[in-house]
Amino acid sequence: MAYSDKVIDHYSNPRNVGTLDKSKKNVGTGLVGAPECGDVMRLQIEVDEATNTITDAKFKTFGCGSAIASSSLATEWLKGKTVDEALAIDNMEIVEELALPPVKIHCSVLAEDAIKSAISDYRVKNGLPALELAHH
Amino acid sequence: MLKLPIYLDNNATTPLDPRVLEAMMPYLTDVFGNAASRNHPFGWAAEEGVDYSREQIAKLINCDPKEIIFTSGATESDNLGIKGVFEMYSQKGNHIITATTEHKAVLDTCKHIEKLGGRVTYLPVNEQGLISLEELEAAMTPQTILVTIMYGNNETGTIQPIREIAKIAHSHGALFMTDATQAVGKIPVDVIADGIDIMAFTAHKMYGPKGVGALYVRRKNPRVKVTAQMDGGGHERGMRSGTLNVPGIVGLGKACELARLEMAADTARLSAMRDRLEKELTTLEESYINGSVEHRLPHVTNISFKYVEGEGLMMGVKDLAVSSGSACTSASLEPSYVLKALGLSDDLAHSSLRFGLSRFTTDEQIDYAIGHVKEAVTKLREMSPLWEMFKEGVDLSKIEWAEH
Repeated sequence: MAYSDKVIDHYSNPRNVGTLDKSKKNVGTGLVGAPECGDVMRLQIEVDEATNTITDAKFKTFGCGSAIASSSLATEWLKGKTVDEALAIDNMEIVEELALPPVKIHCSVLAEDAIKSAISDYRVKNGLPALELAHH
Repeated sequence: MLKLPIYLDNNATTPLDPRVLEAMMPYLTDVFGNAASRNHPFGWAAEEGVDYSREQIAKLINCDPKEIIFTSGATESDNLGIKGVFEMYSQKGNHIITATTEHKAVLDTCKHIEKLGGRVTYLPVNEQGLISLEELEAAMTPQTILVTIMYGNNETGTIQPIREIAKIAHSHGALFMTDATQAVGKIPVDVIADGIDIMAFTAHKMYGPKGVGALYVRRKNPRVKVTAQMDGGGHERGMRSGTLNVPGIVGLGKACELARLEMAADTARLSAMRDRLEKELTTLEESYINGSVEHRLPHVTNISFKYVEGEGLMMGVKDLAVSSGSACTSASLEPSYVLKALGLSDDLAHSSLRFGLSRFTTDEQIDYAIGHVKEAVTKLREMSPLWEMFKEGVDLSKIEWAEH
């Protein structure tokens, strides 16, 4: 199966690979997927509490090229968004942007899960209730 | 100048040897006759090519030329061997024994046999990919008509103890069949010494053309017969009807001849290259060789690079054509059933790459492959959350993963 140019670009030059300090109160961490499924994504956001805006986002992903590209793209999109805007990101937007084929849609689902999971973690750290996370 | 990408997926298929093509050419042009046309020189010339091929094959595997049934490839041969025995020996019994690491051509045929009312035992393998002779012995029943165990595994290269397996099958009055697709032409296979009654193999894994294979069916001690699965003109002693693929058959014959003459030299060269590749790649931390290192084909290695996903890795080694035990593209997300049968955890199975070398692989290509794989694994590990956790001493088995 051939990968789209955008997947290849994100895979070859991944944006925002790295680790944020998860002990900080304004950092939310999402770890989704499972090694035995062949995909694990860890996505982190750093939030400016005054404006509720995501100032930084980092990822590390164990997975195929589409999984790496989906998480790389997600971090790109997250920066500068408010937490509420970030919550509205839908996996199908990632599918469209990266031109993922049907067999790779689960990679985009995982990226959306990672975003929501990171936001939920941030909320809990700041005394808000956890998000109801859909399990795919 | 090194030409990229480099082909290291020779267990999937091999390139055609130019000498094989040369042997085939006349049969694709001037000598076009139907080998079954007994009444004119066009037919005789084609038949001569087919007969010569039988002799070339017979010399490689130490059988009688008459014992070769030509087919379209190993999948058809596996089907014909298993279904043909099941039908032919239905009076005697309905039990077949095979192993969990067989090719789908065998496993799915056995599933079909079960639907027809047959009983099939799937023997497990140990971590090296070898079946247990004791378990085989224990599985044998008076109804067992066939034991079918592959010679060398396509994913790991593991070679089963064929002679011992044949002895056990025969001591219980069952026939012994082997899918020798990866072995014939690569290592010495001798149907007499090995005690093989039926054997499936194909041309395109040994530098021959695609679309042609053979089934060896023993004619004496014992005389074995398989029921035809294709009805028609009664070709191939009535076991496989259909006009013979003469150019393909001539190519298979030539490929067998070259394999016989060059096997010793090829084996020495390929195993040295394979060992070098393997030694260099396993200098990477947390890399593991899958399958038996002691009993295996000379040109194959299968290595798991822990904490890196195989499909992502294949994308990173885009200058190499290899294959992975990861199957992220399949709906099930299930990794290789062969590696899982060896007891590999799913994550290690997902992290595997298979390298298959060929007669045409060069030292320069291996050098490049070593550097390329090391670089890709290192880069992907820097991007892997699992690698980071491993480095921090986190026990990954203790984490509650959100299965998806």
